[in-house]
Amino acid sequence: MVEVTLWGSLGRAAGGTNKLDIEAKDIRELFRKLAEQHPGLQPWIDRGIAVSIDGTIYRDTWSKQLPQDAEIFLLPRLAGG
Amino acid sequence: MAGVAVSTTINGDSVEYLCQPDETLLEVLRDRLGLTGAKEGCGTGDCGACSVILDGRLVCSCLVLGAEAEGRQVETVEGMAHGEQLHPLQQKFLEHAALQCGICTPGFLIAAKDLLAKNPSPTEEEIRFGLAGNLCRCTGYDKIVRAVQDAANMMRGA
Amino acid sequence: MNFDPRYSTRNFTAVGTRPIRPDGIDKVTGRARYGADFNMAGQLVGRILRSPHAHAKIKKIDTSKAEKLPGVKAVITAADLPDHTNGDAAMYDILDNCMARKKALYDGHAVAAVAAIDARTARQALKLIEVDYEVLAHVTDVDEAMKHGAPLINDAVFTEGLEEKPVKPSNVTKRSQFGHGDVHAGFGHADFVVERSFRTEQTHQGYIEPHACVASANADGTADLWVCTQGHFVYRQHCAQLLGMDASKLRVTSSEIGGGFGGKTHVWAEPVALALSRKAGRPVKLVMTRDEVFRASGPTSATSIDVRIGARKDGTITAAEATLRYSCGPYAGSWAEVGAMTSFACYRLENVKTVGYEVLVNRPKTAAYRAPSAPMAAFAVESAIDELAKMVGMDPVDFRIKNAAQEGTRSSYGPVYGPIGIGPTLEAVKNHPHMKAPLGKNQGRGMACGFWFNFGGQTCTDLNIGMDGSVSLAVGTIDVGGSRASLSLIAAEELGIAYEHVKAVVADTSSLGYNDMTDGSRGTFSTSMATISAARNAIRTLRERAAQMWDISVDDVAWEHGHAVARGEKHGNLGKLSLKEIAAASGTTGGPIAGHSELVADGAGVSFATHICDIEVDPETGATRVLRYTVVQDAGKAVHPTYVEGQYQGGAAQGIGWALNEEYIYGKDGRLQNAGFLDYRIPVCSDLPMIDTQILEIPNPNHPYGVRGVGETSIVPPLAAIANALSNAAGVRMTHIPMSPPRVLAALEAAREG
Repeated sequence: MVEVTLWGSLGRAAGGTNKLDIEAKDIRELFRKLAEQHPGLQPWIDRGIAVSIDGTIYRDTWSKQLPQDAEIFLLPRLAGG
Repeated sequence: MAGVAVSTTINGDSVEYLCQPDETLLEVLRDRLGLTGAKEGCGTGDCGACSVILDGRLVCSCLVLGAEAEGRQVETVEGMAHGEQLHPLQQKFLEHAALQCGICTPGFLIAAKDLLAKNPSPTEEEIRFGLAGNLCRCTGYDKIVRAVQDAANMMRGA
Repeated sequence: MNFDPRYSTRNFTAVGTRPIRPDGIDKVTGRARYGADFNMAGQLVGRILRSPHAHAKIKKIDTSKAEKLPGVKAVITAADLPDHTNGDAAMYDILDNCMARKKALYDGHAVAAVAAIDARTARQALKLIEVDYEVLAHVTDVDEAMKHGAPLINDAVFTEGLEEKPVKPSNVTKRSQFGHGDVHAGFGHADFVVERSFRTEQTHQGYIEPHACVASANADGTADLWVCTQGHFVYRQHCAQLLGMDASKLRVTSSEIGGGFGGKTHVWAEPVALALSRKAGRPVKLVMTRDEVFRASGPTSATSIDVRIGARKDGTITAAEATLRYSCGPYAGSWAEVGAMTSFACYRLENVKTVGYEVLVNRPKTAAYRAPSAPMAAFAVESAIDELAKMVGMDPVDFRIKNAAQEGTRSSYGPVYGPIGIGPTLEAVKNHPHMKAPLGKNQGRGMACGFWFNFGGQTCTDLNIGMDGSVSLAVGTIDVGGSRASLSLIAAEELGIAYEHVKAVVADTSSLGYNDMTDGSRGTFSTSMATISAARNAIRTLRERAAQMWDISVDDVAWEHGHAVARGEKHGNLGKLSLKEIAAASGTTGGPIAGHSELVADGAGVSFATHICDIEVDPETGATRVLRYTVVQDAGKAVHPTYVEGQYQGGAAQGIGWALNEEYIYGKDGRLQNAGFLDYRIPVCSDLPMIDTQILEIPNPNHPYGVRGVGETSIVPPLAAIANALSNAAGVRMTHIPMSPPRVLAALEAAREG
């Protein structure tokens, strides 16, 4: 079980909570379970969500493991110039 | 429209071409003669990327008509090196990394060549004002100014 | 293939040196070929007709007269670009931006295009196209567009991110919010509070090379595109999707790029050129004029930002709050969201809240510009921080050091930071000789900090070892400022050979796997990771070949300094085999030797910079001159330090232009008034001093050599650094960017009268 923190707007889409406990070993499983438990999040996942694991932001490495005691924070998937 | 027949000298070579009366020297160089070293950044004489030397005078080739080159001497970036021997400005631009994207580089090299021909020992301020007609968006000009200073030293020593 | 990207310390041989770039000689001799320098046999000239109206319904387009003009080979409108986007809203916006479908949404919006035998005929043909417009009320100002009753740009837009779904459409596409703690309580603990509103005007990336391409579509459904772009694989995807083609049938070759800075990250005219070529059955060259570049490509957001920050007497910030409104042009974006995320990222804050509003206006579609959205937010926040330091009575550097984020701090955008570089840049600035240099009359010194996320992304490289032992490195990220040099250094370092024996090229889309574009400061970070991985794969093969040549086990062969070395006592007499010797024998040991890599480079790591600047203001004219400028920034590891300095200097220069001169000026008619370099004034050589740089190297734990992105952060601090310097020089707090002479003069006169 990992605790996942959602940024403000995503929390609203998840029904007004900004913390969720999810059983997930990696980012792929996290997104799958998020969409199952909160269908409102599917469009957000499609548009792109980045996952910060202990402060390092992952945008594309969906195989990245989620350590049990890590801080997991979801952020909008951004691009640069 | 009937074309205008022009005989001119480009980088020391005699060149003849036909161009339209309203065609710019930049268009002639790039589209008719295949000399694409001069670039069009604006077409209004504001960016200097199309700089050439016409009878010893620095001009924006986008503001000169192709027909006006009749009987005159045109120097472009393609004529700066002699065989494998780069012009000192070209060499110093490489050594100082005075270019990033490089689109403005031909214009800067021509403008700097003209500047050093008229003032072989320019101060930093004279270099900055001498090159103020050429826009560079990548470098902040720092390394360009240093390259020109270094090339001037090299050319005076030669 | 498993690749371990973690950093480990090593002594570098090639990395950190400053050789001449491989593409340099072509660029100083005029031989380098940019977007407009390429031609095909039988090519036509393409030109685009653009709306003169800021907002108008397109009732009818009559192209019949243009089609009859001799020499015209194709005329297209939106009808020739049917919608293949399948509900992908972002791609639909790009399609509509390439060619207006129902409404022209800004001055300069494309409405039709022609391909003709020469430029003169094409220009004539544009004049013969008759467009019947119904002109609509328009709005170009970000605050005006938010007001009740403002002209609606898209009546299907209902603001996302509100507590309750709105019942009426508006120009606000999205509200986003970040932060933690309780700002209300935090302000209750403050002894001093600064509260100010700021505005920044819209700027353009200002690349000197206009958008340019040559498109050649064939009757068999294949096509070639030569184009200046920051991402040829992305352009291939966009064009293939918009034209309903298979991506693999469209080969995109990137030219040298004459500057992009974010402005060449999505397609503009390329699908139009392909559609023209398809209709005409001939290649089409399409080059934008400078006027078109300003009116229809690029720009960044115009913003309006409110900031409130409170501190205790001892200098501890107790709460910080910002509301940020960013213009997006006529299409939805996430620009304010990024501004809201970056605004307070430099600080350790118990209570912070930022809210962003994305606002539609009748201006060109907003595009990324170097650390997109961060400079405007930093201008507002760093100006307020400086003012607050003064109220508290602390030195602005000490005040920032006291409140700087550090490892373990919860960032204002959410996660807790790992090791970061804001503290070291501030300490370096505090101790920099620039801070102690004397100042004269009307002169002032300012400093400011800046933050940017860096990104990685999908990347692949091919590293081929020739029979003579020289190495060709094919990469898929566009070289915008010297990355072929830095990537050659990386390959040389990993293989243990000389830089001169590596030649890096940017491969076309048919020669290499997909690569994300060069954005987010990712070019050298990501592709160096893929290059190291490819080189390690090649080394494995080199070791195997050496083992064959020696007839020993590969486990007994190590790779050291460009040589295979036999390990173990029984192989003591074998000496070494150089890469060159192994390559020469490759024909009989199994054929060509290569290393490939396909990976996702994540973990780029955030970036911080602190800048110092001295300015002098002319009290008679309000003109501000930058006298001295210093950039301090963390590079992780500077692969080619000269080009790292170049990134720092170039970003600072763009920030200085933004701060002092550059702005889009719209008339009451909604038309852009200054679409040229004469009136949109970017800094020239005589405007600037030398720009000093100090590179800090705090290794990135997520890259084998410790590399971080360096390209973008340096544009973030200059706006506030100059505003703070102006405040110190003349006692006026400028809240509107650019701080052009009329605005500064008005502020000086108000201060004199006040």
